[in-house]
Amino acid sequence: MTLQQTGTAADSPVPAPSTSRRTQRTARRRAYKYLPTGAWWVVSVCVAVLFLYPLYILLSQSLKSRSEAAQTPPTLVPHSLSFDNFAQLGSNAGGLSLTHSLGNSLFVTLSTTIITVIVTTMAGYAFAKLPFRGSKLAFFVTLITFMVPFQAIITPIYLTLNNIGLQNNLFGVTLVLTTFNLPFGIFLMRNSFAAIPPSLEEAAMIDGAGVFGAMWRVMLPNAIPGIVSTALLTFFAAWNDFFASLILITDQSKYTLPVSLGILSAGQNNAVDWGLLEAGVAVTVIPCVVIYLVLQKYYNAGLLSGAVK
Amino acid sequence: MSSFTSTTAVKRRGRRLPLLVRRRSMLGMLYVAPAAVLLGFFFLWPLLRTVYMSFFDRPILGASTFVGLQNYVDAFTDSEFGHAVLFTLSYTVITTPVLLAVGLGLAALVKRRTRAAKVFQTVYFVPVVIGLASASYLWVFIWQPDIGPLTDLLARMGIGDAGTNLFASRTAAFLIVLAMVVWKTAGLQMLLLLSGLQSIPEEVVEAAKIDGAGRWQTFRYITLPLLRPTLALVLVFSMAGSLLAFDQFYIMTAGGPDNSTITAVFEIYRTGFVQFHLGYASALSILLMLVLGAVSAVQMLLLRNSDD
Repeated sequence: MTLQQTGTAADSPVPAPSTSRRTQRTARRRAYKYLPTGAWWVVSVCVAVLFLYPLYILLSQSLKSRSEAAQTPPTLVPHSLSFDNFAQLGSNAGGLSLTHSLGNSLFVTLSTTIITVIVTTMAGYAFAKLPFRGSKLAFFVTLITFMVPFQAIITPIYLTLNNIGLQNNLFGVTLVLTTFNLPFGIFLMRNSFAAIPPSLEEAAMIDGAGVFGAMWRVMLPNAIPGIVSTALLTFFAAWNDFFASLILITDQSKYTLPVSLGILSAGQNNAVDWGLLEAGVAVTVIPCVVIYLVLQKYYNAGLLSGAVK
Repeated sequence: MSSFTSTTAVKRRGRRLPLLVRRRSMLGMLYVAPAAVLLGFFFLWPLLRTVYMSFFDRPILGASTFVGLQNYVDAFTDSEFGHAVLFTLSYTVITTPVLLAVGLGLAALVKRRTRAAKVFQTVYFVPVVIGLASASYLWVFIWQPDIGPLTDLLARMGIGDAGTNLFASRTAAFLIVLAMVVWKTAGLQMLLLLSGLQSIPEEVVEAAKIDGAGRWQTFRYITLPLLRPTLALVLVFSMAGSLLAFDQFYIMTAGGPDNSTITAVFEIYRTGFVQFHLGYASALSILLMLVLGAVSAVQMLLLRNSDD
């Protein structure tokens, strides 16, 4: 209260004589700058170079020719651009085909994302708009599952999958990854449905749409940003998963990309094929970066809505 | 008689609740069902099973025998697990403040409302969407002896020798993992802290300045207290992530040199899936969960409610 009073009282005397609105605004903006503009640019660009350097190395190493990629000392810029490392991904060196692993990764990631989106949309809608006895408690329990890391219960998950014949099975991994993406997704979807004013649904129902019609034609379109956020966060989590696939899949032909790369990085005959490995890493990394750059808005919104609560 | 009263009770309740409300609540349960089945089967049931299994000596094949609390007693005298816990704790204690400082620095840097600041924000955030495993494979290459670009670069600048295997030294290996983790996750901390910083009303900061507060005082007495909820969240994120560290050490150091970089989750993995002591691994998992729960609870208490 006192702070606010000083704040409003201070508004006019700050930039001294001329108090046009624009100078006031720039003065306010200046109050936030930690560095003068020139220094800010220098620092920002230097930090950006540090952040981009590993990505540059990734691209340049994977785009070198096979012989240049194995050369020491390493070259900074590829002498000639070559896609040989990428072409090599499909070769069955040591019984390990990375294109096959890529297919496995795609299957797990896409099915996890689709199932998660459907299940969390339904549950989120129910928690926001279709209350039932104990629904508040059920939602609370869902949130608690956030607290338990799946690394801690991976042993019995392995045994449970074994019991139902889904251990060493890509669909088994899908179900596990889906389950551990549910809490955050349900939380996101409940919030996006809860943000839609009830009058909108009521209006639709007065116009003769049933509960289902209202959900499909009115609620769902309004929840699309939430759905995109949930889909994105799930996609990244599933695509980048290493631990669950490492433990739940035992057959090399069923490995996902991150696990297969592990075999590659362990090397054959004590020699690691760095060109091939980094090409595999590039295939894993590039989709994430591209998807993020395109759908950044939704991704950030999803993260932040989870954070702000 | 009793069945008669119960039917009237149902009738009365049925009359009180309009048909639509009842139908909606039925529908609600139906919609929650798939999530409930998945969470029950792949979360709740394994969780209960972990607790149950922790009281047994359970090899992966063959009969299990009840051993009571023996697994827990063993855990406290197991020097390998003890080392893993100590290493995980020191990793957490070192990583958390470094991440927080870098995240805060980046947030302060991209806080300007200009287009350039927005671009830099995206650049600093990009490594966050890369998987921890992919980032690890990349950084292992960068620091390889002879062929690693940064080992080579440092050698050219007269620091070290290009032929040294940095992963053979505990300290160097640790620092490389730390640098990788900072590169990969500082952007997330930046984004969260930035949203926290931007939610502080500008008038408040301005008022403090007019009242004669210096830069440091403004930060200490205005920004920091108002940022407390965000800080709590960021700290819980980074501490939980560090306490659960696995991928980066499994891939980058394989726990070496001399098993000196084996983390708690790594040790649980080795116990359960390399040595196949599933009961003992369950007991270790329960201990890990308790530590995590305690850490989050303490942090929430310290950082959330101390201004009441």
